Amino acid sequence: MNEHVMNQPIGETRLDRNTQGVIGKGVDRYEGKLKVSGKAPYAYEHLIGEKVAYGFVVPGPVGRAKVRSIDTSRAMAEPGVLAVVTGDGLPRSSAQPMSPAGQTMDGEIFHYNQPVALVVAESFEIARHASHLVKVDYEEIEGRYEIESRRGTGRATDAGPMAADTKRGDFEKAFAAAEVQFDQTYRTPSYHSAAMEPHTSVAKWDGDQLTVWSSCQLLETNVQQIASGVGVDVSKVRLLSPYIGGGFGSKLGIGPDAVLAALGAREAGRPVKLALTRQNVFQTTSRRGETIQRVRIGATKDGKITCFAHETETPNSEGEGFFEPSGISSVFLYAGADRLVTHRVITSDVLMCSAVRAPGEATGMLATESALDELAVRFGIDPVEFRRMNEPDKDPQQDVPFSSRKLLECIETGAKRFGWADRPKTPGSRREGEWLIGYGMASASRANSLMQSSAEIEMTPDGRATVKTAMTDIGTGTYTILQQIAAEMLGMPLDQVDVLLGDTSLPSSSGSGGSWGANSAGSSVYVAAEAVIEEFAKRLGVEADALTLKDGHAISGNRQIPFSEILNGDTIRVVGTIKPGDTSDKTNQASYGAHYAEVAVNATTGETRVRRLLTVGAAGRILNEKTATSQCYGGQIWGIGYALEEDLVVDARNGLIVNHDLAEYHVPVHADVPKLDVVLLEERDRHASPLAGKGIGELAIAGVGAAINNAIYNATGARIREYPVTMDKLLPHLPEDVGAAA
Amino acid sequence: MRPFEYSRAGNVSEAGALAGRFIAGGTNLLDLMKLEVETPEKLVDITRLPLREIEETVDGGLRIGALVTNSDLAAEPRIRRDYEVLSRALLAGASGQLRNKATTGGNLLQRTRCSYFYETSQPCNKREPGSGCGAIGGFNRIHAILGTSEKCIATHPSDMAVAMRLLDAVVETLKADGSSREIPVGEFYRLPGETPQIESVLDQGELITAVRLPKPLQGEHRYRKVRDRASYAFALVSVAAVVRMDGGRIAEARLAFGGLAHMPWRDAAVEAALIGQAPSMALFDKAADILLAEAKGQGENDFKIPLARRTLKAVLADATKGA
Repeated sequence: MNEHVMNQPIGETRLDRNTQGVIGKGVDRYEGKLKVSGKAPYAYEHLIGEKVAYGFVVPGPVGRAKVRSIDTSRAMAEPGVLAVVTGDGLPRSSAQPMSPAGQTMDGEIFHYNQPVALVVAESFEIARHASHLVKVDYEEIEGRYEIESRRGTGRATDAGPMAADTKRGDFEKAFAAAEVQFDQTYRTPSYHSAAMEPHTSVAKWDGDQLTVWSSCQLLETNVQQIASGVGVDVSKVRLLSPYIGGGFGSKLGIGPDAVLAALGAREAGRPVKLALTRQNVFQTTSRRGETIQRVRIGATKDGKITCFAHETETPNSEGEGFFEPSGISSVFLYAGADRLVTHRVITSDVLMCSAVRAPGEATGMLATESALDELAVRFGIDPVEFRRMNEPDKDPQQDVPFSSRKLLECIETGAKRFGWADRPKTPGSRREGEWLIGYGMASASRANSLMQSSAEIEMTPDGRATVKTAMTDIGTGTYTILQQIAAEMLGMPLDQVDVLLGDTSLPSSSGSGGSWGANSAGSSVYVAAEAVIEEFAKRLGVEADALTLKDGHAISGNRQIPFSEILNGDTIRVVGTIKPGDTSDKTNQASYGAHYAEVAVNATTGETRVRRLLTVGAAGRILNEKTATSQCYGGQIWGIGYALEEDLVVDARNGLIVNHDLAEYHVPVHADVPKLDVVLLEERDRHASPLAGKGIGELAIAGVGAAINNAIYNATGARIREYPVTMDKLLPHLPEDVGAAA
Repeated sequence: MRPFEYSRAGNVSEAGALAGRFIAGGTNLLDLMKLEVETPEKLVDITRLPLREIEETVDGGLRIGALVTNSDLAAEPRIRRDYEVLSRALLAGASGQLRNKATTGGNLLQRTRCSYFYETSQPCNKREPGSGCGAIGGFNRIHAILGTSEKCIATHPSDMAVAMRLLDAVVETLKADGSSREIPVGEFYRLPGETPQIESVLDQGELITAVRLPKPLQGEHRYRKVRDRASYAFALVSVAAVVRMDGGRIAEARLAFGGLAHMPWRDAAVEAALIGQAPSMALFDKAADILLAEAKGQGENDFKIPLARRTLKAVLADATKGA
């Protein structure tokens, strides 16, 4: 067993020596050509040419109800319909990430348009039409569809992504005594991941063996969720997710399609393909809960923060303990001896809330980074300087050192590059024709985590290597960085290394989520590579440390031996496993960054356009500059969406998710996105992982929306505390002299 | 999608007699059919009909075949030169891909984007007469502030139609019985009233064959669309304007509005108030007063009232600034 437990910081590694010279380089995606030429099969594209059937979900057309009966007779009578699956065991929605099983309907409708049946037919079109012929008889129950009127009724749960409460000292006392008190409440709406690829599954039974191709992020728990949902032992199920068109958290737990397809295939006696429609995706998978966040900060009169409180109220549906952890970065980001971070879950009868990209930071920092800006303005201190003044020298909650923290370097680098010194010093003071111009900035932080993960490296007699792991690549570049890590460690050209992912028959992996994938799965490849090198050294009768590996050759002294010669006709297979250890407890680990935004707000209409956006990040070793930068672009664009556009609207009368397609749920379009600038600082975090890297996927979304909102304040003088900052909210604050500058 | 019969019209005169719903670009109808918001029993494909020409008319205008795509129309040199307001409106609509498919006739007949119209489990008097209106008291950010009724507060989503309204375009049609007629765009649409399901004056089987533009309007052309993102979003408010100045006074002013009502909105009193006047913010405010005198918000869309005022004033200020 080749295992590395992260109990000690890592020393110098072959990655540092960079002998092969491929780690960190912005090489093209391993699977890029397959994807752009349409040859990478996504979940729905399997079993081409086989006789399959097609599923279509029947939605329960009401917000909350007990189902009396479901009449499937008209649907069954439709030519081409093979089966209509109903029953208590149907999934209500997606499964909560890492839960053993998803929740089932048990005769009730828990949210508007919850799946209540699945039609299986000879064609997609027949199934879709027949879905309209299934009649649901129900008894409506009064539902709870908003949280505003029920503030204060939330509960602390222990099923969230962090502790519901984190406290230090006595916040209330410190706040009461503070020379300056800041107390504001911010609201963020519900959001949807809205990944490009909808949740889709293809299920095939072979006797009692089930194979499912589905669009999933965490295969190890996903296969268990499928097995539970279908009612078979997990050993009977194989799950494959070779390519995934975006997940953003919404595929951490299985979508309802995975179990429905398997149930449908069993009933129809034929493989079933099920693609959720865009409306289904919005209404039956999962969402990010809306939040009401109260931020209280006490400070000395010269601007030193003495205490910090961040209290969040957010919904989830019956039986779900997950909460949007908006206070996650407030625990440690800024100084202050007395601290209070709480989360309360208000039960609501709307689609389940779960993880969406950067759970916590994505919403919490919209609030706190606006709050910091407000406070800086109140003190008359440059927001950059204000953050410098409140930089803690260690984790202010647990008194442990930061493993690495380049927040101030990011802020300073960004300020210089962006031209922060040229910002309008007075809000509303810079105007270009109809446009009011403003600058804003914000900090970014994203908590880092390392997860257990395994990978196999197979060396074949020809000297090629194949990396095999049940890891997923959800579009982030995992294939590519695993190839780079193996190639750098083993000293091989990239084209000599293949990567197989997304199959539960491969060594189990952390999967993709929480920005942990690259470092967790990547470290398992590191461990496996070390074991391969050990084997090489043994065969050559030398110490592993004495071996230099480059271009498929082992160099020892004056000998240079090709791998094929070392292997001597053998195939070597080694599995490496990484496990988190003491360094996670002994240090506070997070990635950091800073955002700078320039916006133009139309003085007539309140339309806001982001003109420039710069993100500077530091996340330990960057494994591939291109894919890492790309992740940051994504985060910046999400930030534009969260600041200005995204808003999953729930009709408070009946629980309907109103804007359930991409025409009405607005995400940024190209015209909303200016030229994006991303700078990644050089850093090694030797406590974080053997790769000395930290998570970067979700770093850039943290705080970026607040930087935009702070720029809107700088442009207009209007401080909007309810996201998104749409024109209706800005209009009352805009100048009266419409047209004067036109 | 409910199973339907499909036939293809071989020539213009037989299309109406085939007695089905016409389909051309299908950019709206197909989406609605998939959701079973629209459930035609028969589709008549008119895409092979020879209605793709843009010709000059004897009175100096243009006759646009009903099947001319939005992309082609927006790019047509005579449209760009002489009917700038129309070209701009077209390019403000939808996306490049949709404009490549969407046709002139179909664009006039596109249906509202009201979420409750699209959600078949919700009441909608337009989709299911008598069932009620989900938008009243619901999420109505995009809804109408002018000309609404107790039955319906939906808006017409077209940008093109707003410019057509301003230009006093004329819709040419062929009825199922073989007779033809000409309908000014100003008389083409209906307010929701008691029958929001009836959106135009077209009869069953009546085919739009062309849209005729009168001779070009002199003056400054503007189309300003205000929306929640920079592209690919429907207008919250749009203002089409053609203003001609003479000696420092407004000699001619035409204004049409999108996003405010069940149809492209035009108000003769607003235009009359501007004619012969020297441009000023006070004058523009007076025009907005007239336009919005009867405006009624529904809660979520209250902001459209000040937004329409501000946008109108800015457009007028811009269009008259050369004077």
